[in-house]
Amino acid sequence: MVIDLDRCTGCEACVVACHAENNIGTAGPDQAARGRAKHWIRVERYWEGEFPNARIRFQPVLCQQCDDAPCEPVCPTYASYHTPEGLNAQVYNRCIGTRFCANACPYTVRFLNFFNPQWDKPLHLQLNPDVSVRSVGIMEKCTFCVQRIRAAEIQAEGEKRELKDGEFNPACVQSCGPKAMVFGDLNDPNSEVSRLARSGRATKLLGELGTKPNVNYLQRESWENGKNG
Amino acid sequence: MAKTAEQIRADLLRPIFRSGPAYWLAVGVSGSMVLAGVFAFSYQVYHGLGVWGLNWPVFWAFDITNFVFWIGISHAGTLISAILRLANAGWRRPVTRCAEAITVFALSIGAIIPICHLGRPWLFFWLVPYPSERQIWPNFRSPLLWDFFAILTYLTGSMIFLFLPIIPDAAAARDLAHGWRKKLYAILSLGWQGNPKQWHRLESAMHIMAIAIIPVAVSVHTIVSWDFAMTPVPMWHSTIFGPYFVCGAIFSGVAALILAMALLRKFLHLEEYLEPIHFDHLGKLLLTMSLLWFYFTFAERLTTWYGNDVAEMSVFWTSIRQNFAPLFWTMIACNLIIPFPLLAIKRFRTITGTVIASTTIVVGMWIERFLIIVPTLEHKFLPYAWGSYRPTWVEITLMVAGFGMMALLYLLFSKLVPMISMWELEAGVRKAPIYRHQTVAFDPSGARARAGVREAEATDLSP
Repeated sequence: MVIDLDRCTGCEACVVACHAENNIGTAGPDQAARGRAKHWIRVERYWEGEFPNARIRFQPVLCQQCDDAPCEPVCPTYASYHTPEGLNAQVYNRCIGTRFCANACPYTVRFLNFFNPQWDKPLHLQLNPDVSVRSVGIMEKCTFCVQRIRAAEIQAEGEKRELKDGEFNPACVQSCGPKAMVFGDLNDPNSEVSRLARSGRATKLLGELGTKPNVNYLQRESWENGKNG
Repeated sequence: MAKTAEQIRADLLRPIFRSGPAYWLAVGVSGSMVLAGVFAFSYQVYHGLGVWGLNWPVFWAFDITNFVFWIGISHAGTLISAILRLANAGWRRPVTRCAEAITVFALSIGAIIPICHLGRPWLFFWLVPYPSERQIWPNFRSPLLWDFFAILTYLTGSMIFLFLPIIPDAAAARDLAHGWRKKLYAILSLGWQGNPKQWHRLESAMHIMAIAIIPVAVSVHTIVSWDFAMTPVPMWHSTIFGPYFVCGAIFSGVAALILAMALLRKFLHLEEYLEPIHFDHLGKLLLTMSLLWFYFTFAERLTTWYGNDVAEMSVFWTSIRQNFAPLFWTMIACNLIIPFPLLAIKRFRTITGTVIASTTIVVGMWIERFLIIVPTLEHKFLPYAWGSYRPTWVEITLMVAGFGMMALLYLLFSKLVPMISMWELEAGVRKAPIYRHQTVAFDPSGARARAGVREAEATDLSP
């Protein structure tokens, strides 16, 4: 995945789309204030400078799907698991809720179901049948919308063809108005994500930790040149 | 202490057979604490882990603090008693059983806490490698699995280590007891008759266990520290954590031992057995551990400060100067500033002095574990994901239940087994023959004992 920080407006459409797609329960204001909200993707806001010359930076943060993910070796039950195609899967049925993965994750993108999930009405009527609902005591996190990946793979296999670049997208990418997010196969040198990841603006979040994240952030070129804001 | 074997037995067996109202009051209070904990845990299982104060991003707090605390306390016993036995320190004799019992009970509490803290506690057995319908092994790369094996090994080992020296004492109690106690001690004494063959086997077994238990004890707290050090998280990912935790564990363990000894001395009237000299010796050990602990803390903090890593410094300052500063400096006061004069100046190293020092150290070491866990989780790498933590009544009740359980187990144990090893004390007093005309002096080659065994077999001492 590539996220262009120059394009991100901080609208949080990705957050809403993610909640809807992945059956993420709503915590309610009281529990959210106590840190129980679950946002598989969040838009981080950072201020630069002092008012009135303050500038705001937006940075969507989701699971970085690391190649060397710190969450994986620490899980005693293989609930946090590296799939052959390189996703950090969370196998809900195996999870016993040690929360070790959440503490080991430098990006703090893993969430515990502190209670059984609930939805504010009428959201409970729009659950996605392709995504399992997680019970109390289980960790969950961004899956790169694995249900969409699988659906596209099955479709392509049925039609006896290779997957096309941009054929499917995770919910966050699909709903991004300014098209700040691009999803695709980084192993395919001709894909859009590979092209963007090769550009000089691409950086990794906390790349110095050696986690080998698979999300690339394109730094704000216009910002540095003073064209924007 | 020139007591005869008969006096020793009378003094040490008396608390087993007689209990006053104060004892039952203590049992009632500690039992209620445990029941409150059972209620809090049931409440948590029914409603979900959300009834704790944990949140995103502070996923561990009181639970793991108490876990590390109790595993640390458990290093009182077996390790210290094993080292003193191997060093053949004569003054150890009245101290060892008290210490070994702390180990077994603290470790049991420490082993229950991580089960209670799970999101789905009823599935804890998935950590056990057994052939299951799920057709999957546990993940042997996970430090939590190492924890499981280390604690299980240490618990098994320390139970054996506690049990072995009980055998001759149980036999002595068996000969005096009536009713259900007679049956119980008959089982506990494993048919002990005190013949040379049995003494020889007991001595060998105790030597093997004393040697084997030391690396196990060191490994347990090293692995507990690796629960933190194996993550790439600021102020956790540290090479110093293994020895630092082992040091802290022995430190808090000795303090707990002194407190337990002082309580036993007072309530079981063991003034003539647990003498000021024992508190003096353990006070010196405590002083050494206090200085060693401070050395580790200083080394850890100074290298972090000079390293000046952005993420580490945010945790560093929050604990030293910002939110956690009151706790941090309380910890330094409790673990160094208050105990140091009390333990270093001979005039203050009395029973009262060591008890005050031990109390502050137990408090200080609890705070130390809290300060290792919570400031780091509140201040991980991305400032947007910082948080704060406040415990709820459920966590506090569970913590109180831990202390209640320790007290309850100790109280019940003191009614079943003499809290001082009688035969070891007698051996120390009389040097020479005990029970029968055989010596239990240190016999590395076993030659004397084997000679005794041959003699015993020839004369046939079996019933």
